[in-house]
Amino acid sequence: MNIPYTVEIRPDTGLANGKLGIWLFLASEVMLFGALFSTYIILRNGAAEWPHGELSVPLGAINTVILISSSVTMVMAWASLKMNDWAKHRLYLIATFVLAALFLVNKYFEYSDHLAKGEGPWHSTFLAIYFTLTGLHGLHIVGGMIVMAYFIGPGAKLWRANADQFANRIEYTGLYWHFVDLVWIFLFPVLYLL
Amino acid sequence: MDNVSSHGTTAHGHVHEPPHEHAHEELGWWRKYVFSVDHKVIGIQYAITGLLFLLFGFCLMMIMRWQLAYPGRPIPLIGQWLGQARAPMGIMLPEFYNQLGAMHGTIMVFMGVVPLAVGGFGNFVLPLQIGAPDMAFPKINMASYWAYFLGGVTMLLSFFQRGGAAQSGWTSYPPLADIADGQTVWLIGMVFLITSSLLGSINFIVTTVQLRAKGLSWMRLPFFVWAQLVTSFLLLLAFPPLEAAAVLQLMDRLAGTSFFLPSGLVISGKPLAVAGGGNPVLWQHLFWFLAHPEVYVLILPAMGIVSEIIANNTRKPLWGYKAMVYSVVFIGFMSFVVWAHHMFMTGMGTTMSAFFQTTTMIISIPSVVILTALLLSLWGASIRFTTPMLFALAFLPMFGIGGLTGLPLGLAPSDIHLHDTYYVIGHFHYVVAPGTIFGLFAGVYYWFPKATGRKMNDLLGALHFWTSFVCINLVFMPMFIEGLAGMNRRMYDGGMQYKYNASVLHWNVVQGYASWGLGLAQIFFIVNFFMSIKWGKAVDRNPWEATTLEWSAPSPPGHGNFLTEPIVYRGPYEYSVPGAARDFSPQFEPEKA
Amino acid sequence: MHSDHGDVHASVRKYFMIGAALLIFTGITVAANLMHLAIPLAITVALAIAITKASMVAAVFMHLSDEKKWIYGALLLTVVFFIVLMSVPSFTNMDSIGRHEPAIGGGEHPAGH
Ligand code: HEM
Ligand SMILES: [Cu+2]
Repeated sequence: MNIPYTVEIRPDTGLANGKLGIWLFLASEVMLFGALFSTYIILRNGAAEWPHGELSVPLGAINTVILISSSVTMVMAWASLKMNDWAKHRLYLIATFVLAALFLVNKYFEYSDHLAKGEGPWHSTFLAIYFTLTGLHGLHIVGGMIVMAYFIGPGAKLWRANADQFANRIEYTGLYWHFVDLVWIFLFPVLYLL
Repeated sequence: MDNVSSHGTTAHGHVHEPPHEHAHEELGWWRKYVFSVDHKVIGIQYAITGLLFLLFGFCLMMIMRWQLAYPGRPIPLIGQWLGQARAPMGIMLPEFYNQLGAMHGTIMVFMGVVPLAVGGFGNFVLPLQIGAPDMAFPKINMASYWAYFLGGVTMLLSFFQRGGAAQSGWTSYPPLADIADGQTVWLIGMVFLITSSLLGSINFIVTTVQLRAKGLSWMRLPFFVWAQLVTSFLLLLAFPPLEAAAVLQLMDRLAGTSFFLPSGLVISGKPLAVAGGGNPVLWQHLFWFLAHPEVYVLILPAMGIVSEIIANNTRKPLWGYKAMVYSVVFIGFMSFVVWAHHMFMTGMGTTMSAFFQTTTMIISIPSVVILTALLLSLWGASIRFTTPMLFALAFLPMFGIGGLTGLPLGLAPSDIHLHDTYYVIGHFHYVVAPGTIFGLFAGVYYWFPKATGRKMNDLLGALHFWTSFVCINLVFMPMFIEGLAGMNRRMYDGGMQYKYNASVLHWNVVQGYASWGLGLAQIFFIVNFFMSIKWGKAVDRNPWEATTLEWSAPSPPGHGNFLTEPIVYRGPYEYSVPGAARDFSPQFEPEKA
Repeated sequence: MHSDHGDVHASVRKYFMIGAALLIFTGITVAANLMHLAIPLAITVALAIAITKASMVAAVFMHLSDEKKWIYGALLLTVVFFIVLMSVPSFTNMDSIGRHEPAIGGGEHPAGH
């Protein structure tokens, strides 16, 4: 049995199922991070003092650069498919994966630095929200890496069986990945700079 | 997601597929009945698991009712089995009472009603009603069920950990919930349940938008589909903040943060060793941001079911279908901006109270519109009093009582007196128990023939209905009296306060017997359910002479649902059309020239 | 494949340009931070830049500049409720909760003093 509009587009909505699905998922993610940002504001409003310069701006900035670059490689991984350039697609997708891994390595150094100083999440509400927000964001990075690993590895077979469907899946992965980038674009100033 | 087969047609399915044709679809027993991706199997799995949880949650409440009726007396029959840590010598401990209360609420709401109403009926009925071969993402659908299952198992196991299950109420207010036993596992269980709901809601929305059959325009959708669609949006956008809140509470419990712990907290005379600086009211905001929409998640599917059954058994179109559709969409929208009516007593100031009581009054208007439309649909009808119709009819006044008693709660001046009393318990149980759960029973009786090819027994059905109806009102009506007399909710034993409640305490005994009677009444249902699977009257495709698409599929439908691609020719409720040969003109039958 | 080969070729340049612009904006944010602006102004500047960057990601990388109405609809709904969610802090601080000084006079707390 075939589910209609898995690959082909439904004429009256102009969408394939997966496209709507991933956007709805991202909508729920907006609400998830929204609640946490809201928490951040409440805690900050209620705090007697709010620390400044507690986080390393260079490390945060480097990670911002990494994520933005990974967004570019991700969108290129999709565009290469659209241009039928499989080799380039592989290159860009693997590059995205590597950049994601670099991000996590960087994060690991940041975390261990704090923990070495005994400044864990229990230390203050600032560090509490810092660890929670970046931790949850980090989990999203890991999730994205798992999906990418799948499409670099066993999932790549689909390209030959059904190129359109494979390109769609890379597009949806990309949408998710850009969203993760987008969250970080807010996290960076909110946690590191302000 | 993509059982790629060579066929390109939109919907084709075969009840009895010749094995050679679809060799790859011949699944083993496990793939067919346990790890199935077929929406009907998943729907039935959801429904049965949900029904079992409802029964289990109800049993917890029956035990609590003993303590309320006869405080401090050993529980008969099962008391000795509960163990030293819960009920030494059969006498319930306060901690255990709190566990029962918290878990009763959690189980009924998140593991009983929602899975049955959305996971069960939504999954089974919605794709059939819109003429789809399955849900848009069958594998995600399966994942959603198994996430729910894991969440359920986690919650059940939490009773056996040291310190027992969660005991801070289904609302889990901090600071108590941050420090009380059992809460960690509760939070982990909730994360599973939330994940399940999110996966499910995405699937429902995409399915409804993308897989509607040819000719099924928006205003031809059965009301049930509209109700499920709005419900899915509520789940999609309201659950994530609770997920965030659950993560924060987990951090508080496991990583020593103080998101919800203010500075200077003293517990049992000792200052709590945390950094402080948190805000307990924040939890309430995040919780009710979900939980008010959640109460509409509880009621809307039931309204949808009841509407289908009323149209079918009055043999008339629904009165004001369009007004009902607009109302349900409006309810969905408004339900995101009323949540703080649960928080009038947190010290919230008058401006906020005024805002939220206004939105609360506004949201009751569409509810009244729907109820009125359903009542007026009965006008002048020659009603078929089938078993589903009995439950559907009872839904109307019961939901009416529940809704109307909500109004004094929605106004801050009266809520100040009623908050945290049994009046609130009476209010929401009228909406959820004789309201929603009756609606769900109606749905089981109504769609049972579609799922099994057999009808449930009408005599047992009527017995089930009348005994339940009497008992359930005897349980919940006295709660209004107790609440107005000032009796607080969540009390193991009123202690000194019981002095002031002396004049209403005897109702607790009445409620006790009524609830145990209600338990017995369910035996009619259980017997009927299993008996009918085997021996019920065999029926054809459309035993109720109904008009919506699911009745054009075989009973039970095979994999892929429809034998030919369904095409829709008219609105959902064309009953008793003047000049038509029969008193129903199904959506799937073309106009005769 | 789709017939939009040409479009994609044209977009590639755009993707790299946007990537570069995002990096430049990141630089500006960091630079602005080094200027040690007063807190309210710093917040405004940082958030304005972040919103600009986010819109660029959404519009170009996520193709939101040219989407179907169902996706716009779903996102519009989300944005509305997101705004409601973001107003929770002012709900808790309004009237009486979370206020340290008497309710008359003082507006919102200037954040982080
Ligand atoms: C139609 C108009 C309704 C109004 C005006 C209304 C109003 C309220 C208010 C103000 C409260 C808070 C009472 C308090 O804690 O002091 C409340 C509690 C509650 N309502 Fe409603 N409600 C309505 C409908 C519903 C529906 C349809 C449901 C569910 C299907 C529902 C379920 C609940 C629940 C579960 C609670 C108690 C939560 C708790 O504190 O544990 N209500 N209602
Ligand atoms: Cu409410």
